[in-house]
Amino acid sequence: MPTMELTNPAALPADWRDFLALTKPRVMSLVVFSGLCGLLVAPVQLPLVLAFTAILCIALGAGACGALNQWYEVEVDAKMRRTAKRPLPAGRMDRQSALQFGVGLGAFSVLLMGLATNWLAALLLAASILFYVFIYTIWLKPRTAQNIVIGGAAGAFPPLIGWVAATGHVAPLPLLLFAIIFLWTPPHFWALSLFVRSDYAAAGIPMLPVVAGFESTRRQIFIYTLPMAASAIAPWLLGLTGVVYGVSAAVLSFVFVVLAARVAANSATDPDGMEAEKHLFAYSVFYLFALFTVLVADRFLPW
Amino acid sequence: MVNVEDEIIRKRQRERARIMALLLGAFVVLLFFITIAKTGMNW
Repeated sequence: MPTMELTNPAALPADWRDFLALTKPRVMSLVVFSGLCGLLVAPVQLPLVLAFTAILCIALGAGACGALNQWYEVEVDAKMRRTAKRPLPAGRMDRQSALQFGVGLGAFSVLLMGLATNWLAALLLAASILFYVFIYTIWLKPRTAQNIVIGGAAGAFPPLIGWVAATGHVAPLPLLLFAIIFLWTPPHFWALSLFVRSDYAAAGIPMLPVVAGFESTRRQIFIYTLPMAASAIAPWLLGLTGVVYGVSAAVLSFVFVVLAARVAANSATDPDGMEAEKHLFAYSVFYLFALFTVLVADRFLPW
Repeated sequence: MVNVEDEIIRKRQRERARIMALLLGAFVVLLFFITIAKTGMNW
């Protein structure tokens, strides 16, 4: 009887909330925020509805990345506590639906971006989605401990896309914003991967703490923090932003470097002894939000 | 048992259809305003 199959939850039509969960809304918030900042600091002001559409497209593109990432990593997600309750590993949705949703959402976001703003922005959005799915998720992540170093580029695209959506061309400031997020990604993710190392090890993901150990990861966190801080201050030094941004970026980056130094000095191997890593991870999220907020404020301040 | 599962399927289909209708409606409104903005008729 066909109804017998329905006792399997995956045979039911997936709940719409599970499609929403596929888009990783929490990750999307940082992507949307950085894209919005790129758009706001641009010297050209888009009509409100076009600006809204550009940000919507960036959000949908990020959602497509999340869905395709979960489609590809279903077996890996099932092995990690942090991800085992996602719709696919929990059996609340079939893989084909996730694939169709991700591809459809990605294609829709690129087409809408091209029609509403310009095709260079659409091209960059398409490149960021393809980079995230093929270069990061499928190629690098399961193969090398440097996965997030190169893969971080995918998350660095939004401010560049926001800027290009408004202006139609690339410029030094959005390239520096790209560099800031690109260099921020390794310390941010490595701080997290230190205290959830056992999860990554169980899933067979070659994150740096799993492959190179705690000491090497902590040293590299500190090393990457230095060029990140330099790129954060660079827009001011190059005269692309004002003193408000410059001083704020210097202070915020100094605190980041101090917290990274504390991580480098820590030798704990048990997550309970990793307060320094947890502080750095939490601060890194605040850092990016604060830095980009100040960047926008600096653009609109009268001095 | 079959009725309960049928009911769950119907409920999910109804919810998904409702969400899809809302999204399509929002998309039509968005396209209208994009067209207005692109043709330079800013309200």
